[in-house]
Amino acid sequence: MSQATNQTVAGVLGDFATPEALLAAVGELRSRGYQKLDALTPFPIHGMDEALGAKPSRLGYLVALGGAAGAGAALLLQWWTGAVDYPLVIGGKPFFAFEFSIPITFELTVLLASFTAVLGMLALNGLPRFYHPVMNAERFRGATNDRFLLVVDAADPLFDPERTAALLHSLGCEHTEVYKDE
Amino acid sequence: MADLAIRPQDIDAELNPPLVTGGLTYASITEKISAITESKTPRAWYIAIGVTGALTAVLGLMIAYLVFTGIGVWGNNSPVGWAWDITNFVFWIGIGHAGTLISAILFLFRQRWRTSINRAAEAMTLFAVACAGIFPLIHVGRPWRAYWLFPIPNTDLNMWQNFRSPLLWDVFAVSTYATVSALFWYVGLIPDLATLRDRARNKIRQWIFGILSLGWRGSAHHWKHYEMAYLILAGLSTPLVLSVHTIVSFDFAVSVIPGWHTTIFPPYFVAGAIFSGFAMVITLMVIARQTLHLEDLITMKHLENMCKVILATGSIVGYAYAVEFFTAFFSGNPYERFTFINRAVGPYAWAVWTMFTCNVFAPQLFWFKKIRTSIPAMFAISIVVNIGMWFERFVIIVTSLHRDYLPASWGYFRPTAIDVLTFAGSIGLFLTLFLLFARFLPIIAVSEVKSVLHAQESGH
Amino acid sequence: MRTGKTYWRSLDELARTPEFEQWLHREFPENASEWTGKASRRNLLKLMAASFGLAGLVACRRPVERILPAAKGVEEYVPGNPMYYATAFSLGAAAYGLHVEAHDGRPTKIEGNPQHPASRGAAGSFAQASILGLYDPDRAKWVRKDGRRSSWEEFEKFAAGRFAGQGAGLRFLSGEIGSPSLEAVKKHALQRFPQARWVEFEPVSQDEPMAGAQLAFGQPVRAHYHFEKADVILALDCDFLGLDAPTLSYTREFARRRKIGTPQDRMNRLYVAEANYSLTGAAADHRLRLRASEVAALLAELAAELKVFGETLRVLPAASGARRKWLAAVARDLAAHKGRCLVLAGPRQPAVVHAWVHLINQLLGNAGATVTYTAATWTPQTQALKELASEMAAGQVSTLVILGGNPVYNAPADLDFASHIKKVECVIRHGLEEDETAALAHWTLPEAHYLETWGDARAWDGTCSIQQPLVAPIYEGRSAAEVVALLSGYPHRRAYDIVRNFWSALSEPQWRKALHDGVTPTPPSAELKVTADARRIQGLPLPPPATGVEINFQPDAGVWDGRFANNGWLQEAPDPMTKLTWDNAALLSPATARSLGVNTGDMISIQREGRELKIPAMILPGHADNSITLPLGYGRTRCGRVGRGVGHNVYPLRTSGAMSIAAGGKVSKAPGRYKFSLTQDHHSMEGRPIVREATLEEYRKHPHFAHEPHQELFSLYPEHSYDKGNQWGMVVDLNACIGCNACLLACQAENNIPIVGKKEVARGREMHWIRLDRYFSGPEEDPEVVYQPMACQQCENAPCENVCPVAATAHSPEGLNEMAYNRCIGTRYCANNCPYKVRRFNFLEWHKDIDQLQRMQFNPDVTVRMRGVMEKCNYCVQRIQEAKIKAKAEGRRPIRDGEILTACQQTCPAEAIVFGNINDPNSKVSQLRKQDRNYAVLAELNVKPRTTYLAKVRNPNPELV
Repeated sequence: MSQATNQTVAGVLGDFATPEALLAAVGELRSRGYQKLDALTPFPIHGMDEALGAKPSRLGYLVALGGAAGAGAALLLQWWTGAVDYPLVIGGKPFFAFEFSIPITFELTVLLASFTAVLGMLALNGLPRFYHPVMNAERFRGATNDRFLLVVDAADPLFDPERTAALLHSLGCEHTEVYKDE
Repeated sequence: MADLAIRPQDIDAELNPPLVTGGLTYASITEKISAITESKTPRAWYIAIGVTGALTAVLGLMIAYLVFTGIGVWGNNSPVGWAWDITNFVFWIGIGHAGTLISAILFLFRQRWRTSINRAAEAMTLFAVACAGIFPLIHVGRPWRAYWLFPIPNTDLNMWQNFRSPLLWDVFAVSTYATVSALFWYVGLIPDLATLRDRARNKIRQWIFGILSLGWRGSAHHWKHYEMAYLILAGLSTPLVLSVHTIVSFDFAVSVIPGWHTTIFPPYFVAGAIFSGFAMVITLMVIARQTLHLEDLITMKHLENMCKVILATGSIVGYAYAVEFFTAFFSGNPYERFTFINRAVGPYAWAVWTMFTCNVFAPQLFWFKKIRTSIPAMFAISIVVNIGMWFERFVIIVTSLHRDYLPASWGYFRPTAIDVLTFAGSIGLFLTLFLLFARFLPIIAVSEVKSVLHAQESGH
Repeated sequence: MRTGKTYWRSLDELARTPEFEQWLHREFPENASEWTGKASRRNLLKLMAASFGLAGLVACRRPVERILPAAKGVEEYVPGNPMYYATAFSLGAAAYGLHVEAHDGRPTKIEGNPQHPASRGAAGSFAQASILGLYDPDRAKWVRKDGRRSSWEEFEKFAAGRFAGQGAGLRFLSGEIGSPSLEAVKKHALQRFPQARWVEFEPVSQDEPMAGAQLAFGQPVRAHYHFEKADVILALDCDFLGLDAPTLSYTREFARRRKIGTPQDRMNRLYVAEANYSLTGAAADHRLRLRASEVAALLAELAAELKVFGETLRVLPAASGARRKWLAAVARDLAAHKGRCLVLAGPRQPAVVHAWVHLINQLLGNAGATVTYTAATWTPQTQALKELASEMAAGQVSTLVILGGNPVYNAPADLDFASHIKKVECVIRHGLEEDETAALAHWTLPEAHYLETWGDARAWDGTCSIQQPLVAPIYEGRSAAEVVALLSGYPHRRAYDIVRNFWSALSEPQWRKALHDGVTPTPPSAELKVTADARRIQGLPLPPPATGVEINFQPDAGVWDGRFANNGWLQEAPDPMTKLTWDNAALLSPATARSLGVNTGDMISIQREGRELKIPAMILPGHADNSITLPLGYGRTRCGRVGRGVGHNVYPLRTSGAMSIAAGGKVSKAPGRYKFSLTQDHHSMEGRPIVREATLEEYRKHPHFAHEPHQELFSLYPEHSYDKGNQWGMVVDLNACIGCNACLLACQAENNIPIVGKKEVARGREMHWIRLDRYFSGPEEDPEVVYQPMACQQCENAPCENVCPVAATAHSPEGLNEMAYNRCIGTRYCANNCPYKVRRFNFLEWHKDIDQLQRMQFNPDVTVRMRGVMEKCNYCVQRIQEAKIKAKAEGRRPIRDGEILTACQQTCPAEAIVFGNINDPNSKVSQLRKQDRNYAVLAELNVKPRTTYLAKVRNPNPELV
């Protein structure tokens, strides 16, 4: 734990060996009134959202909008180019008809919906973000390997480096670490 | 709401035998897979990419010669306006189906065994689609005008595309498919890229993977939106993957040519695509498994499941062939009838019977567990199926065109050396891309396998 | 000689400037034409690559003398507007009147002259393609002495000395002369050189018919047939619709008797007995496969059936079995139509056969009715050439002047012309090509193409036309008359003066009218009353049927006797019957092939009188057994780049004793196979209702036989309506179409359609916009043949349009299926989706190396398509536009019916193609569409083609069906 003066404590990190232990610890902290908690895990842990009291993702609504936009754009494109801007008699068929517009409409719907899904996910996650205080923690690396980390943010009203760390220890955390913001 | 996490009720008999063996732990999984990208490059890899790289160069040369000389360097003629060019296109597109199918549909069906193979399968999809994409662009008489296929406002003629044309539907379907597959693949990669970032020993790797992983921290909030996004992509890709080959089949089904103009094509093409796609996955995964020693992650159960899929889709394809013949006779349409008699006994009968042998008879061997679980057997059969599926496309395209309505216009198609080398070159490109992928990126979805391992253990 | 400033505008002066000379030689060295190699695509692209720069000058080369535009043109030249001039094209002794279209002084397109009795507005394939010869860079261009470039001046100096005497040892050898003015010059020359002799020789000659007339009437005559009056026709080995006689007018008259509007209409009946399967045989109602050498016997049997000499005399035991039945029926049919029937024999048949035919026609009362005679002067050509050869052999010929022709290549083999000519001290050759004969000549003089010099020509019926030049000679060419005039000191030296002077009887207005109309006021030859001497003919010995395998020599539909070998259009135009391009083959029947153990493409060896020929065999269903047909004119060794080494030369087997039918041939399979390039590989209709056919009786029973019942399809969408303005449509009468290639070549010339060469044709990449689909039906040994011209059908619901991703092919408001070449990216999807397979794709850059000179022929109204672009028939949209502009200029009047003629329609000798506005109920095309024979091919696809067909009706003899 470095003691550089220009650094402010950003939070405490508790390192657990198993998802189950992590889940239990999160539950306990929440029950003690901790608010600003986060879990860093190599794979999603079922029940974590409930334990953290997070609301379900709203990404679906965005995607619905994206899809609708795609469909609209496709129909507009096919109608305007075929029937308005440059009408041509082709194979004796109408200048515009839904029958032959279906495939492209479908494809553009999927295309825009998919883009919304990915970009929306990144936006909601505030990614890309190449720096985060927790990355300063030595134990952080474990989160993408085999460790299950519980993070208590310094912004939490109940936060106190020593006591929170102690509490984490008492909850079966093998190692705690106070990480700082630079 | 679906997620990658585990509920006890999910853990059923299908998890026995285990999908992860050899007493692997989270750490050892990370180690095993990441190490492939970090260790020193083996000589075998250099040799392999040397060969495939050379083939890719051949592709480049052939394309250059074609563009500077004209379609006449191929064997295409009147009446056979399409031959190997579009055959190769459909062949590669078909192969490009397994990846997204494994990722999306098996995901929705909670087929956990997908996790060990979906990453590689998705990569394969992208590379196959890339190969496929080449052919529609170079098969046109004036490739330098190929951009006219896209609705870009052009000053040359101020004209627009003809949205009644299945070929234009193709343009949209294939480019959408390529894009969405790429997104899907990349999203799946993000957590693993973060893993590589955090394991990186030197600055460069740290930088590269740091940027590629977009600052992923594996936070619970990340996972929440991530899982939602992944689910939505899976939900979108499933109809997409079905639509792509449906629309490719429209190229033929919407025409008036006997042997092309038939309503059975969409399901028949999709089944065929999955069929050939899985065959190619087996071909590649068997090699990867042996060379990279992934027996514990790509278990016999994975391979056996894929063999079962091939058996199933192979039987569907066989059924489709039978139905085609039946409808041809039942329709009472003399042209349709002739086309199918001509396939069976005409000048291209050899191709047709090759197709039958490879696609209908060969996969039936998978009824036997012995064969289903024998690496050499399944490898051989997967190759045979790939050959057969190429011939299927050749048969559909060439035998229908070479003898259609007016006997006076009938002809015969013979490929030229350029035809052959161009196709060989596309195989080279495909393998080159796959080798690069296998060398520099985690070929197995690390985080997903971990959750499967977790499920397994919490199941005990 | 110089003729003042007129030549300043020609190239001669320019060519003599040293820098031009030197540039010229650098550009194409003297031996450019020794260029060797087969007619591959590459060479074809190269082939025209010579004579740069000349082109630019050609464009402004109007002839010096006053030439007059025909009716269609305007007197004063308007830049950009085509002009039409009347002129004449001769093949052997028969001339055809033409209208030639010229753009800015460049002849671009040939049409028939409607006012000319032998053309009637039609132009055959040879005339259509002859324009290519004008722009052939492999032509003889310069005067050469012993192969080295010389000049007319040099030659004139030489000639002045050489032709001083009485003409001892002087011989002239020319083709058959059909030009009155040349005849006059010839007569003058023979007076000037009393000891000289003049031999006329055509490889395909009228020797036998003339000799036959001699036998029958005691004098040579020309027979003229009047098919419009003939109800029953018996053609014995006579391809009067194809290669024998002046076919255009005959075709027209014959076709008119085949067109029927209603079931009540009557049509003629045609019986054909022949060995090879000819166009005439294809048009026949009854065809008897018969070896050519057995025609005489058949005729005698017919005479017996007809009781020509009463019961008493039977020349031969009457025929037996099927042939007897056939003959009896034919005889009764002929007898029942006395004075309204016609019997003809082909020029290949021996004299005695012609004598019999004359007699039979006389006894059937046809003489003076369906056949008339005019006087003719004749000296047997082969005989004359034989004498010349022996004189040469004996060294009695010191100077030989060869005007046109190519005797070294095509003289009878036994004359050994090539070696005897070496014994001649001085050989002067005047011709269009630097060919086999030129190679052995001391002096070679370039001949002017008929479109670049003055002349005149007599049609078969004696009608005379003035041959107007459209350009001054592109090279140093001069006409034959000019050369003889030069040699013999004729008072007039320039072609124009020679011709004008010969026609001095015509006043200037008459002369102008003659130029304008394309025919002179002189009446055709007067009809001659002759009587056949029955007693004499009866006594004539009949030639016995040929022993061994009979061999028939025939002119080729593509290259005739070889003179068109360097014409790419004709080389690539598929043979009407075999669909063979760029080749000839030994045609034989399936049975004969089986007995020889050969198949199509196998080499066979034909031996006769110690001579041997190796040539690939081709099985032709319907060919007579134990008989082989060998088309002449191929295997040229010294010829332009297109024709050199193409096909096999059969002349080495042709002797003066057997110019047409050779007996005693020994045929055996030879090692090796040969690759043919066919434009149609499959010959059966597979029982599909593509060409619909019925007999006259069936037609009368079921007038709607052509309407195949099929399920009416309906469209997903509201159908587009085409009820406003002009709506173009076409009707093709399959009863009239005889399958000649005239339309195909007219289309090629009009629409700048490239040739692709033998190799590419073999790959199925020929570019012809109109195909003549030929189907065999019935037994393989003795099938019937039908033709179907197949070009873009201009479907209203065009499948090709739907599938083009870039909308490069769409519909015009007038119902045309149009191609936007500059929008096409070449996916070939449209061609795949065309049920008629009439779209053509530019697989390679066919026009790549075509040089300036060749480009002079291009029609400026039609885009020249680049590589990678799809193309097809568009009903000659440029002609439609031309007419619309004209109509607009004339006060926005509606376009008159028949005002627009498509190229194929205009040249069709059978008037089988009708084009017009189907929105106008009174137009000819609408009328025809109302006929009950009218049907659309593949109507069941609901593509609604604008081109429809009138079903074929044959008129077989009820006794024989």
